[in-house]
Amino acid sequence: MTSAAGLPSIRGLLSVRGVSKAFAGTTVLDDVSMDVRAGEVHAVVGENGAGKSTLMKVVAGLHQPDGGELALDGRVVRFQHPRQAMAAGISLVHQEFSLLPDRTVAENVFLGREPTRRLRVDRRAMISRTATLLAESGVDNVSPHSLVRRLSVAQQQNVEITKALVHRPRILVLDEPTAALAPHEVDALFARLRAMVHRGLTVVYISHRLSEVFQLADRVTVLKDGRVVDTVDIKSITPADLVRMMVGRELSNHYFPDRATDPGKGPVRLQVSGGGNDAVHDIDLALRAGDIVGLAGLDGSGRSELARALFGVQPFTRGTVQIDGSTRRLTSPRAAIRAGIGLLTADRKAEGLALPLPARDNGLLAARALGGRVASAAVAALVELAVKVGLRPEALHRESRLLSGGNQQKVVLVKWLATDARVYLFDEPTRGVDIGAKAGIHDLMRQLAADGAAILMISSELPEIIGMSDRILVMRDGRIAGHLPAGAGEPEIMALAVPA
Amino acid sequence: MTAAAHRHVGSSRPVWLVLVLLFGVAWLVVALDGGNFVALPNLQNIAQSSVALGLVAVGQSLVVLAGSLDLSVAYVVSVSAVTASVVMNGSAADIPLGLAAALGVGAVIGLGNGAVIVGLRVNPFIATLGMSLVVRGILNALFDNFAGAVPDEFQALGYDAVAGVPVSLFLLAAVVAGAWLLLHRTRFGYHVYAVGGNIEAARASGIRTGRVVLVAHVLAGVCAAASGVFLASRLGAGAPWVGPDGGYDLESIAAVVLGGTALAGGRGRLLGTIAAVLMLAVLDSVFNQFQANAFVQTLVRGVIIIGAVALYAFREQS
Ligand SMILES: Nc1ncnc2c1ncn2[C@@H]1O[C@H](COP(=O)(O)OP(=O)(O)OP(=O)(O)O)[C@@H](O)[C@H]1O
Ligand SMILES: [Mg+2]
Repeated sequence: MTSAAGLPSIRGLLSVRGVSKAFAGTTVLDDVSMDVRAGEVHAVVGENGAGKSTLMKVVAGLHQPDGGELALDGRVVRFQHPRQAMAAGISLVHQEFSLLPDRTVAENVFLGREPTRRLRVDRRAMISRTATLLAESGVDNVSPHSLVRRLSVAQQQNVEITKALVHRPRILVLDEPTAALAPHEVDALFARLRAMVHRGLTVVYISHRLSEVFQLADRVTVLKDGRVVDTVDIKSITPADLVRMMVGRELSNHYFPDRATDPGKGPVRLQVSGGGNDAVHDIDLALRAGDIVGLAGLDGSGRSELARALFGVQPFTRGTVQIDGSTRRLTSPRAAIRAGIGLLTADRKAEGLALPLPARDNGLLAARALGGRVASAAVAALVELAVKVGLRPEALHRESRLLSGGNQQKVVLVKWLATDARVYLFDEPTRGVDIGAKAGIHDLMRQLAADGAAILMISSELPEIIGMSDRILVMRDGRIAGHLPAGAGEPEIMALAVPA
Repeated sequence: MTAAAHRHVGSSRPVWLVLVLLFGVAWLVVALDGGNFVALPNLQNIAQSSVALGLVAVGQSLVVLAGSLDLSVAYVVSVSAVTASVVMNGSAADIPLGLAAALGVGAVIGLGNGAVIVGLRVNPFIATLGMSLVVRGILNALFDNFAGAVPDEFQALGYDAVAGVPVSLFLLAAVVAGAWLLLHRTRFGYHVYAVGGNIEAARASGIRTGRVVLVAHVLAGVCAAASGVFLASRLGAGAPWVGPDGGYDLESIAAVVLGGTALAGGRGRLLGTIAAVLMLAVLDSVFNQFQANAFVQTLVRGVIIIGAVALYAFREQS
């Protein structure tokens, strides 16, 4: 193999030269220049709203730059439509899912490039090639025939990546591909990426998880407020340096906030006995005021389903639920909200936000639905909460669909904080959130607990589970496989999570 | 993976079930009254009366699946009926020319709809409503009643039958088969579903979304025009009121929805629409046999449409 080595390694495969982009007068990218070398893994990092996704959309032909240009192999290219970028060998895995829920996996993977035979779509070829691609990607739990809407978030993410590989790109851009993946899935993805890079693929990799950046990347470009701070060799910096470049100030090494002094002593807020439905079984669980209980488990183990049952989306059909000592029937989200439960869903776009509404109205959605506090006081409170989770107050006035992914996540969070819920179900609360804001959210959760709320936190990030939980529940196959005390380690959690 | 995971969404099966049920009830009710619902003339009648709406509804299905809508179909029906009968003007030799002109007019109006929606980014509801008004204005300025005439030979399309099957039914069957292949077997059809399901995702996947919407509208125009041609052959001439009198705009949308297609686009099957058209024809036939009050007819149709769509929503959930 000489392909990658044969090229002069200094030469940029893809050059972004002085690219600017504004939306309705707001500058999002300001004179951005960046070189991606052939065969490297080039990470792009920055806070929520820094412009990472927008830059990648320019590279993939979804947005046209207002100023500046792109060059491939030294030649200037102008993409008017994503298909041109694809033809040039650039493929983007979007941060927001872009699959069609009502079509099959195979139909999605080959969308826009369906194989044909005499004008007809060659479905057999499509299905067998999808199966091959999935197998190559190490995805063994997805059938080409399945409807995408029946897949879990992690499975969808894998389909999304498979889709990006269909036309054998030269440059693969991944925008936060691991946000929804479990640790072993991340490992599988990395192994696969390394193999492909070895064969000459160039990868642009966006992530808020700095450990991933240090594991995978050769170089890293830092964006801040739409400008390039610097591009550096990963070997020449420490994680602390990188954080300083991203945030623009010193951020004390992110430790998780201290635990409450004596967890497990507060009154029981939520008690489930023998709860079950189609997805989860024999659930016994008690959440106490002041407790943060971590809910770990693999994707598909029933974690989200448990949260959805408690929130009345897919109610329990067996067992009893007591809140503050009195039995409640949580048959709808409204009933759950009335009982003082808030659920932050893992799928913010589908279930968390009314996308065309200003973020502010989204923030007040749940509170208003209950006929809560008067608007002006609530708005003031909302602004305060927004600042706490690292959302700029002006962001509250923009349509939610225009906010960056991480900022949307913060709006969903604020929505539930504005309801005075007493029991919080957090499903991946910091997914896609930058590290500064992540620390803010963790502090806030501690604060909520200290004020007497009971919190159930689902997370695929084991460090988050370990760092935040006063107790850890591990789920497997729709059942609670075991309880672990605070301070339990990754091996103990995984031992319970993975079927023997 | 469970078996359920493999089942195609928007399967048109429940719609056919409702159709069979309705047909059974109609048979029974008419039999109790001493009539024979399955007598050949009655069945021919039902088939015959499904053709006009069926043709329009096929086109409407295409645009609705693509996430759009066409409210101009009723006037496209009129315009093409009038065009066909004026161009043919009683001469059998001019049948091909008349056909081409009528279908061409439909295609052009569809193209206009598509261009306004894609190029000027006007909401489809408004764009096609506007187009409908424009066409109506022109038609009413030029004609006030029957204009021209179709030759006798051409009336065969409207009245003849081969082995008891009306000729027009072959036309409908051919159009349905063509549209079905297009939707479910070609890349264009796949892209129609993609554009209707999530236009941003479709674009990001490299699909030229504008082109898909445009072509869908052209096809909807041609389908409506075909319906106009059929009506001209039935009536012996075209008139500006044939489309709006048939209520083809809202009826076709009702048929699409009744057939289980999501009004938001991206979900549904063409055969469901056809079943829905037959359902409406069966209803009409029963009403006619009992000479039911027109208001009652309308009311019952409304109840059935709402009831059926509610039933689908319920099934979807469970
Ligand atoms: N289509 C659009 N119209 C208006 N504003 C937009 C649009 N797309 C993005 N923005 C704005 O551009 C800024 C950068 O957004 P972008 O999605 O690129 O951020 P990001 O760095 O990817 O953040 P995150 O880490 O949260 O994903 C944000 O302030 C966002 O609100
Ligand atoms: Mg982003």
